[in-house]
Amino acid sequence: MTKLNAIPLSRRGFLITGGATGLVCGFLTPALAAWDPMGAVTPTAPSFDPTLWYSIDATGMVTVNIIRAEMGQHVGTAIARILADELEVDWAQVRITHVDTDPKWGLMVTGGSWSVWQSFPVYAQAGAAGRIALIEAGAAMMGVASADCTARAGVVSGGDRSVSYAEIVAKGVTRSFNADELAAMPIKPVSERRLIGKPVTALDVAGKIDGSVIYGIDAKVEGMVYARPLLPPTRNGSVALSVDDAAAKGVKGYLSSLILDDPSGTVPGWVMVMAESYPAAIKASNLVKVTWAPGPTAAVDEAQIQDRARALIADPAAGALLDTGGGDTDAAFAAAASRIEATYTTATVLHFQLEPVNALAVEVDGVMEVHTGNQWQSLILPQLAMALGRDESTVLMRTYPMGGGFGRRLNGDYAIPAALAAQALGRPVKMILTRADDARFDSVRSPSVQTLRMAFDAAGAVTGMEHHAAAGWPTQVMAAFFMPKGTNGEPYDPFAISGADHWYEVGAQKVRALSNDLANATFRPGWLRSVGPGWTNWALESFMDTAAAHVGADPLAFRLGLLTGAGRNAGVTVNDKGGALRQANVLRLVAERAGWGTPLPAGSARGIATSFGQERGMPTWVACVAEVTVDPATGIVTVQKLTIVTDAGTIIDPDSARAQTEGAMLWGLSMALYEGTEFAAGQVRDTNLNTYTPLRIGDVPLLDISFVDSAEVPVGLGEPATTVVAPAIGNAIFAATGGRVTHIPITPQAVLAAAAAPGAP
Amino acid sequence: MTTFTLNGRSVTVDAEPDTPLLWVLRDDQGLTGTKFGCGVGMCGACTVHIDGRAARSCITLMGDVAGARVTTIEGLDPGHAHPVQKAWAALQVPQCGYCQSGQIMQAVALIGHFPQPSDADIDAVMAGNLCRCMTYARIRAAIKDAALEMGA
Repeated sequence: MTKLNAIPLSRRGFLITGGATGLVCGFLTPALAAWDPMGAVTPTAPSFDPTLWYSIDATGMVTVNIIRAEMGQHVGTAIARILADELEVDWAQVRITHVDTDPKWGLMVTGGSWSVWQSFPVYAQAGAAGRIALIEAGAAMMGVASADCTARAGVVSGGDRSVSYAEIVAKGVTRSFNADELAAMPIKPVSERRLIGKPVTALDVAGKIDGSVIYGIDAKVEGMVYARPLLPPTRNGSVALSVDDAAAKGVKGYLSSLILDDPSGTVPGWVMVMAESYPAAIKASNLVKVTWAPGPTAAVDEAQIQDRARALIADPAAGALLDTGGGDTDAAFAAAASRIEATYTTATVLHFQLEPVNALAVEVDGVMEVHTGNQWQSLILPQLAMALGRDESTVLMRTYPMGGGFGRRLNGDYAIPAALAAQALGRPVKMILTRADDARFDSVRSPSVQTLRMAFDAAGAVTGMEHHAAAGWPTQVMAAFFMPKGTNGEPYDPFAISGADHWYEVGAQKVRALSNDLANATFRPGWLRSVGPGWTNWALESFMDTAAAHVGADPLAFRLGLLTGAGRNAGVTVNDKGGALRQANVLRLVAERAGWGTPLPAGSARGIATSFGQERGMPTWVACVAEVTVDPATGIVTVQKLTIVTDAGTIIDPDSARAQTEGAMLWGLSMALYEGTEFAAGQVRDTNLNTYTPLRIGDVPLLDISFVDSAEVPVGLGEPATTVVAPAIGNAIFAATGGRVTHIPITPQAVLAAAAAPGAP
Repeated sequence: MTTFTLNGRSVTVDAEPDTPLLWVLRDDQGLTGTKFGCGVGMCGACTVHIDGRAARSCITLMGDVAGARVTTIEGLDPGHAHPVQKAWAALQVPQCGYCQSGQIMQAVALIGHFPQPSDADIDAVMAGNLCRCMTYARIRAAIKDAALEMGA
């Protein structure tokens, strides 16, 4: 597995040093100024930086530097809580700041539900080091042995004396820790935690109810012009041959139209229409005529993409094999007393984050600044530099809160056209995509095809399993350096196959990941909330129910029988401690809460499904029961209730954990029943809410959400609940009708067809 | 030139009559709390009050607001402490927050029409406001809390 948890702590180690001279002029970041990066990026005043990750000023105010992007997960609050708890300061003394892309911050990415998991050890140990340094300095000031001192709420106490952090910092502190010392720094026992796991009001909420938060789309600078792009007929390979803007010249405020020259190849064939206002840019753009030479995928449709996936699956030589602990599935299937096989598909899905992608580019003192919301700055910065023909040191990104991320902004492609236009014009350019442009330019969740097989012995025990999954691979297209190699030497996108390498004991196991080259050519595949498990778990957990039915077992009992925690499924690190037994635990708990096995009215049924979250290296154990009603006349499925139990280890911020789970579950529900699109003539068919129909308030069922009380390593929560909902619903439909649906989104027609053919896999 | 009342003060704007109100609010008047989502009046992120009624500012043209009273999220309450906003804060409704100005403006209008809204009332009136983070369960609960508070 790729080393996902290797964040550089600090290139200069951890140095606590400072003095009164540096602190008298201490620059106090006003509360929540972080939400206005335009105003918060003037750190000219001297400040005391105890470590890269935070500073304490002479009033005792702690400012925590957050490298993760805010897109609704209240990430700064969670990370600051981790630090403040170890540092032993009052929460009222804590502020957060979301930083720019100075190289000193190291890898900047917000995705994979990694933020809390990766940040926990770093910020906890940094906080512990600060506490120790302040206790030592405070002890010296008081003339007391540091062993006799304690720290609490920003005050060091020893005997009957005490001194505040503010006083200590004002006097000057010198204490340094090297990286090894820091990595070995012990953190407090769980019983000593004072903030982690306790209720808190997230720091970003207030500005989100009075309209004051500044998102990327709200950024402005003096003298900027507005741009609306005209998108070519294909995502890749189109060339803009000519532009006729004669008709646009009558639009008041229209400036010019520009064919972008993009050496990075990110936005081939783009034309930017610029004006003094955004409405003028839109009006003018509707009058500008562009002649394009379309790229090679101009006629591609969804059926062709999916046919290509089926052909890849049918070719035994194609794809990468994951390390699943060995075993010869050919032999297992040859020797089997019975076998089952099923194929599952998922539709193309749009991110449809509510803030359309946008970027403001402005050159400041020789540095091209790009102001925008982004989830993976480290990925797009080199591309920006290549596009602009600049050294990376002269490109800077200022990250704004996002009006929804969901993985769309891991791909920062939208930053490039704004920067190219600003450089070409010599003026600041703010580019905003219309909703339809945003949909056409989206890095969609690829459609997928998966075939699963299972072998059984004469007693009905599972002896072998295969999972073959074909889809577009975001990581191959955008971050190929991130791809590990399979056991057959072939590289693969871990995020596009994760989930298939499950924790069930199935004997010989083969997991094969296939990159759909036609998908990759037609669009830029995206990482969308959960990425691969969004399709792999749909197939896996639907198939587990089919397998249970095949051997006449209860779906819950069948799963529990395979979650034994043996061998490679035992869990060997602090992250996956307990292994499959923790997955079995959440299954048992959710069954109990949902009344699994108790009677329901006719036409209603329950289905169950489980997941280990995003990847084996960081499992978040989830189980869900869906209670649904199926109208036998229309095939309409109504979800009455979703019950979910999550074991994410230590919960840092309980309310945010619940909020993330609510959102993830309902995304899962939306993609199960309400939203999806398809490619037609090289483009997505649905580009706005007239035909793209995500879940609305009236579609929300009863939600029963609970967490396992745990002191284990805190893992991710943004995505895991997404992937259990669709299979739980599909399994409930199976229980209600005897028919098996194999495609999401599930349509009433598909339910009727399945109900008419009971027993089909 | 169009003159209208914006958050209690009279403003005159030099914009083409077919300019959507949304962009005048955001770019001319600097009131960026009102958001651009879909541009076709189907997501609700741009919801403001025009003469006390909830309206989609992205499809409301300047020529149609002459003489009207327009209220945005910034002008809803002088202390940003309208009972609906307080209920939103208490339940920590927002995730990304992008739709929430529109949700709040729509919810205020809803309670104006239905002082004790039922679930069906909420479903019907709030159906036009998309929340992509799916904070719907909290929106529903906050509307009920605010309605109780305002009726008390």
